[in-house]
Amino acid sequence: MAQKKLAIIAAKGTLDGAYPPFILASTAVALDYEVQVFFTFYGLQLLRRELDLKVTPLGNPAMPMPMKMDKWFPTMLTALPGMEGMMTTMMQKKIAEKGVASVQELRDICQEGGVRLIACQMTVDLFDMNPDEFIEGIDYAGAADFFAFAGESDICLYM
Amino acid sequence: MAEFAQEVDASGLNCPLPILRAKKALNSMEKGQKLRIFTTDKGSVRDFEAFTQQTGNPLLETSEEQGTYTFIIEKG
Repeated sequence: MAQKKLAIIAAKGTLDGAYPPFILASTAVALDYEVQVFFTFYGLQLLRRELDLKVTPLGNPAMPMPMKMDKWFPTMLTALPGMEGMMTTMMQKKIAEKGVASVQELRDICQEGGVRLIACQMTVDLFDMNPDEFIEGIDYAGAADFFAFAGESDICLYM
Repeated sequence: MAEFAQEVDASGLNCPLPILRAKKALNSMEKGQKLRIFTTDKGSVRDFEAFTQQTGNPLLETSEEQGTYTFIIEKG
């Protein structure tokens, strides 16, 4: 049986947004898929050597908060200084408590498993990003390169 | 030869780590050897069924005792 292929476009750069692409990519490798992930726009934050990913309840009414704050806490106050940092710390604590892998760990597993990680060259140029700040072993390419693989893939996901 | 070529304790770890640990162990094993892995993640029961079916490594045994799940997988 031919090896199955999974193609993912990762466009989000938040702590919560980092999980779906890395969980699915690492699991697909365990299931013997060939995997490529194309990181574009804010998704490029996931390729930084020093990950500094945050989560915010602002503009995210579905986000569960401690003490059921998501039910009663005024939306406007989620914009207060320090809220983002506090929520990020709390989520990181939960992640560790529940034995959920860190983003770093999943990313390492993806790289060890041969997942091809592609940084969108256009985004790098657009935001004047410095490739030295990204991890090693990634490729820089564009949309046509992604289609070369995605067009042959069994599953293609935008996240 | 021991009954299990490898044993992995994935207790306390959540999806997808138990599967990833199992895969890592299986990669270093020979065909026919057995892996025993322990988990506490409730979702791992269905995940291990799906994982073993898709990768052609037979799941020989699944058991649960006091919240700990034990899976025995043969390397296919």
